Amino acid sequence: MIYLTLFLTFLEIGAVSFGGGYAMISMMRDKALLHGWLTEEQLLNVIAVAESTPGPIAVNMATFVGASEGGLLGSLCATLGVVLPSFLIILLIAAVLPGLLRKGGVRAALQGIRPCTVGLILATAITMLMRSLFGITAIGGGVSPDLVGILIFALLAAFAFLFARWKAKKPSPILIILISAGLGMLLY
Amino acid sequence: MIYLNILLTMMKIGLFTFGGGYAMIALLEAELVTKKKWLTREEFLDMVAISESTPGPIAINAATYIGYKRCGFLGALLATVGVILPSFVIIYAISLFFDAFLSLTLVAKAFRGIQIGVIFLILSAGIKMLRGTKRTPLSLFILGATVLSMLALSLLAVRFSTVLYILIAGTVGASLYLIRCAQKRGEGEK
Repeated sequence: MIYLTLFLTFLEIGAVSFGGGYAMISMMRDKALLHGWLTEEQLLNVIAVAESTPGPIAVNMATFVGASEGGLLGSLCATLGVVLPSFLIILLIAAVLPGLLRKGGVRAALQGIRPCTVGLILATAITMLMRSLFGITAIGGGVSPDLVGILIFALLAAFAFLFARWKAKKPSPILIILISAGLGMLLY
Repeated sequence: MIYLNILLTMMKIGLFTFGGGYAMIALLEAELVTKKKWLTREEFLDMVAISESTPGPIAINAATYIGYKRCGFLGALLATVGVILPSFVIIYAISLFFDAFLSLTLVAKAFRGIQIGVIFLILSAGIKMLRGTKRTPLSLFILGATVLSMLALSLLAVRFSTVLYILIAGTVGASLYLIRCAQKRGEGEK
């Protein structure tokens, strides 16, 4: 039953994604590829839409995947699933256990989870990079580099570097998405 | 009326924040601390710390907390619904015609570029978080082990749920703490 699967999958994602939207991307990728909901390219498209529309990235991604798998009801189930753990945990902390996060054991667990989240994001980015730009999917699977893609990536990196020097801040995600869209139209 | 006020304020914040939770924090501060004075600066910083250390979207955590502090369960519910509603409507509308939109050649080309831009964004977010990570032996070990094992398993096409990584890392952190506590107690008895 697709509605229950959507709800439970996003409930699981919502319950363990510490550290905001980007942390959720590795879980989303894992689940969406497993269930066959999205291909790697579709996943990247969804992230782009989630980044360039207002609101929390996690909610945007849940709504989009839910809608494409199960229409309006599907998107409601997925969104409810991703939000529910946060809502309940925060209520618990605000109402009953204001000291929960100051407990030594909880803090120690969070100290273990934080670097793990960073590792998951980095590994996900590197895997996506290897697949999309170099065509490497498995050991011994051969290499088929996408030269235009590599060029776009290099141009984006150069742009972000120059922008950071010039304005003393990072370019916004939307600006990066707009530039990469322009480069895609020109070069592909 | 306070409930309506909470709902509308959070809808406004949901509608005007692009780029996820951290962008929202600046807007929340301007709206709730400076303008509406619903929270003091100190309460606000507490709220941010709690939102960051609990699972789930930071924006949802923040909205639930503020709503509850302001007027209990109903406040929390309205604040959360408010912050989600604009996204939900916009994304649902986009999802209806997204495939048709992608079938245009020029749009498809743009999205091939965008896919690379998104990978770039994820990688830079990861690098930024890497720089902000405290360099203790434990955190460096967990970080390195996570990256290496995830890359190795994905190259070998072995499936290992990312959820398990989080659970293992949390367990390792908590167990080391318990061992340290037990050791201290042992030394105290001597």
